[in-house]
Amino acid sequence: MARLVSIALLAGMLLASAPVAAQTTLRVGLAEDPDVLDPTLARTYVGRIVFASLCDKLFDIDDQLNIVPQLALSHATSEDGKTVTIKLRQGVKFHDGTAMDATAVKASLERHMSMQGSFRRPELAAVDKVEVVDAATVLLQLKTPFSPLIAQLADRAGMILSAKAIGEEGDKFGLKPICAGPFKFVERVQQDRIVLEKFADYWNAQNVHIDRVIFRPIVESTVRLANLKSGSLDLIERALATDLKEIKADPKLKLATQIEIGYQGLTLNLANGEAGKNGPFGKDPRVRLALEAAIDRKALSEVVFNGEYLPGNQWVSPKSAYYQQKFPVPGRDVAKAKKLLAEAGVATPVSVDFMVPNNPESRQAAEVIQAMAQEAGFDLKIRVTEFATSLNEAEQGRFQAYFIGWSGRVDPDGNSYIFFKCKAPQNNGHFCSKDVDQWLDDARQVNKLEERKAIYEKVADKYLKEGSIIYLYHRLVIIAHSNKLEGYQQLPDGLVRVVGVKLKP
Amino acid sequence: MLLFLGKRLLQLLPTLFFVSLIIFSLQQLLPGDPALAMAGEERDPAVLEQIRRQYRLDQPLYVQYVYWVGGVLSGNLGESMRLKEPVLTLITQKFPVTLQLALMAIVISLLIGVSAGVVSAVKKDTPIDYAVNLVALWGISTPNFWLGILLIFLFAVHLGWLPASGYVGPLEDFWLSLKTTILPAFVLGNSFAAVLMRHTRSAMLQAMSSDYVRTARAKGLAERKVVLKHAMRNALTPVVTLGALELGTLLSGAVLTEQVFSIPGFGKLIVDSVFNRDYAVVQGVTLVTATTYILLNLLADIAYVLINPRLRS
Amino acid sequence: MAVSEALTLELAEESPGARAWRRLIKRKGAVVGLGIIVVFVGVAIFAPLFAPYDPIQQSWSTIRKPPSLQHWFGTDESGRDLFSRVIFGARASLLAGIVSISIALGLGVPVGLLAGYAGRWVDALISRITDAMLACPFLILAIALAAFLGPSLENAMIAIGVTATPIFVRLTRGQVLAVKVEDYVEAARAVGNPPTRIAYKHILPNILPALIVQATISVATAIIAEASLSFLGLGQQPPAPSWGSMLNTAQRFLTNAPWMAIWPGLAIFLIVLSFNMVGDGLRDALDPKER
Repeated sequence: MARLVSIALLAGMLLASAPVAAQTTLRVGLAEDPDVLDPTLARTYVGRIVFASLCDKLFDIDDQLNIVPQLALSHATSEDGKTVTIKLRQGVKFHDGTAMDATAVKASLERHMSMQGSFRRPELAAVDKVEVVDAATVLLQLKTPFSPLIAQLADRAGMILSAKAIGEEGDKFGLKPICAGPFKFVERVQQDRIVLEKFADYWNAQNVHIDRVIFRPIVESTVRLANLKSGSLDLIERALATDLKEIKADPKLKLATQIEIGYQGLTLNLANGEAGKNGPFGKDPRVRLALEAAIDRKALSEVVFNGEYLPGNQWVSPKSAYYQQKFPVPGRDVAKAKKLLAEAGVATPVSVDFMVPNNPESRQAAEVIQAMAQEAGFDLKIRVTEFATSLNEAEQGRFQAYFIGWSGRVDPDGNSYIFFKCKAPQNNGHFCSKDVDQWLDDARQVNKLEERKAIYEKVADKYLKEGSIIYLYHRLVIIAHSNKLEGYQQLPDGLVRVVGVKLKP
Repeated sequence: MLLFLGKRLLQLLPTLFFVSLIIFSLQQLLPGDPALAMAGEERDPAVLEQIRRQYRLDQPLYVQYVYWVGGVLSGNLGESMRLKEPVLTLITQKFPVTLQLALMAIVISLLIGVSAGVVSAVKKDTPIDYAVNLVALWGISTPNFWLGILLIFLFAVHLGWLPASGYVGPLEDFWLSLKTTILPAFVLGNSFAAVLMRHTRSAMLQAMSSDYVRTARAKGLAERKVVLKHAMRNALTPVVTLGALELGTLLSGAVLTEQVFSIPGFGKLIVDSVFNRDYAVVQGVTLVTATTYILLNLLADIAYVLINPRLRS
Repeated sequence: MAVSEALTLELAEESPGARAWRRLIKRKGAVVGLGIIVVFVGVAIFAPLFAPYDPIQQSWSTIRKPPSLQHWFGTDESGRDLFSRVIFGARASLLAGIVSISIALGLGVPVGLLAGYAGRWVDALISRITDAMLACPFLILAIALAAFLGPSLENAMIAIGVTATPIFVRLTRGQVLAVKVEDYVEAARAVGNPPTRIAYKHILPNILPALIVQATISVATAIIAEASLSFLGLGQQPPAPSWGSMLNTAQRFLTNAPWMAIWPGLAIFLIVLSFNMVGDGLRDALDPKER
């Protein structure tokens, strides 16, 4: 009898506690599995997508790439450019309940700057000291003026982590990250899913209408799209340009696109090792110009990407405020290419070791470029290389042309400095010019857009003729989502921002 | 019997030693700097140096080998450079997934392969024999990544019966787990089904024309009884060893199948780790796989001897 | 002469090779398989004669066109004719299959002979190494080797060949052990033949049937292995066609241009099926217990 009563009670309780409203869960399909979820140690593009929901930054950007407040309300740089004052938002809590104040910000920034293995160190290299002025104000003392600093603080270097958590977990922070974003970490099963849950005390909680976010890495783009179409996912990143027609034709799906802040291009080996110094591009800059003249950027986009990608010729896209109108995207000119080769006195066909990372779109683009260049007298020998190997080969100079892109940074300095400067880590072509080095440093010292753009014009004048990178196009960030998702906006950095988004049942 | 067991166990040790050598040199073969691979887009030389030092990548090979073996013997398989998780944790998370796939694949292939083999042997040289042969051969003739993609499009996109990818554990949701694993298990298993069919068929044929079956037939027992009782029992013995051997092939096949279906199992982990130069993971996972395979082989040999007493001498 | 005597004489005169051939062509499956293989080999060798277009000639105005009279199999993502690419792709796949297994035979059989014949610690050492190699997942070994050697068709063949070697080592060794105790081997040894002579002149011809059967079936596996490596980007380099890399590319266009996927997949299927059927037929034909 007692048993029956307790069973009845249990049943009653279960029925009574049945959820009134179902939880809204946003299921996102990623193109790769993110690496470690620790902003100090992270280094993948896809990891940033998860951070957009997990860890808020001091600043964020809008669709025009302007800096807007997030955890910080404002920033002010001194006259000499060596002091930056940041005013913080009040009442912000971390996921573990502790409060965010200037001390916590200082702790995070210092961790980014000095922790062993930190990849944020070069981004904050200009910062000498971080000082706490009061609970809501932080002062950064810089070694030299550095105008891209605020843009860095709008990325991983500006992510503020719970001081308590970094103190306790140290470098194991990434296993259970605790930040101040709209969602908090629940669990992660490697290569399967990352689960985040709504953080009730988020400073902007009234604009968060999703209860849970689940990220699933699905490498095959066809399978990713299949999941979206069958309803197993609500949003996918990096849909293929060649799938756009199909997505547009499906009434259950919607697109959100933006031209990226990065680029795709050909890196030529000008002086890196034997292949560079004795290679086709190492001796006469006219060979480089000839190759560029042989390529039809528009046709490349048409053939490989259904015309959806934007042809480009500079390290920022034609949509960027920093794009130099004085140097528009050139068209194809095979006659000019042949003439240049003849003037340079090289024997045709010019043999080029063309290293291509192993993914289908790169391979196809490389094949098209090969065919185009052949007409002008180039013999591009395609060598499909695994990505990890190609990084090494590029660094060691074992290539003559390398089809590689860059995911892009908000500040144009992030798309140029480490690629152009003599001996810079990403400068695989070993381009070196004292003038360009000087100009790049000058542009960092100045804050105003017009002034910086004028300096970059000088850089462009030199680099677009003699530099090691031939810029080809800018990809379209293609996010496809279910039509049940409302209010989704896409920004050019490719990140998925979940605040303000509603999911209909 | 004990002598046999003892002898086999003794053979295990040098084999495992060679396995460890092969595995270790495997990733030394791989070109590319793992620190660079790990760094992805970031390129600070100081950080790269520190990574190399932390993971002993700057030490000579034999030093690295000794550290690794020492770690293995004390239960520490190292740490994933990329994910910063202990390799052992990754293995305990993912091994059951691939195991589930492999077991389901074996069950599916047993059902298809053995019955096809029996039918084909009994109806030898008839059109049914040829048809069954063809269907079974079809299984080993199609690249499994290819079959997987086609099946995804048929069952997930067009018919919508099954999810396109992903994995749900059986403890979480049994039916959903079945739905997410049935396609990859089928893809994984259809080549083994063909192998099973062939072996069952030839073993059955052998058994059916053997003396004791002929005697049984001569004694007047019904045809079906003869076949099922005597021939099948003899025919099934090689299947046991085959199953154990096949596990190695299944694990290989799992590599591409898991890639296509996005199943977070061993195969996917290995491929990703090879391409990311995550040495510790590649070593740890291959070691576990190889050891399992060797142990299973040993078990199969023991079982074989137990079932077939004639082999004991 | 009695009928039985005449029959015995006739049967005795047939060489083992001819007998095997006679039995082989009785099995319809094997005949069909052999026919298909011959067709593919012929097409591969005389590819330039059969292919209507240059397989790497791009044509940006005819991208992803469905099969038509001008392009029997349709065109691919860069406007190249699929029919020509499938024909030229046969070269890569067939070469990959045959060369890699030849490597495996060339390496595996001598080592297996050594292990089986020499015995003792040589056998133990070789067997343990072979066991170790067989214990590692085949595709992983192949990927690692191919990545090490660099992505190209030749290196893929070497990688597949080396990883397939242990199978032949083990098979040869097993056969040698079985045959070692036969009378003719004992006799050869008694006469004073050196071991290498015995191995190659007396043992090898008698274990050949089993090797041939395994080799035929392994070629089928090798072709799929090449397709798998190409699928991962480690095989034939673009723009040269290979069925595996064609399948890899076709994935992206499954709904837009399904014909890009059908033909290379079908080609792999047919050639692998044929090798399997021939292998099966050979196994039955060379089985001494069959009439």
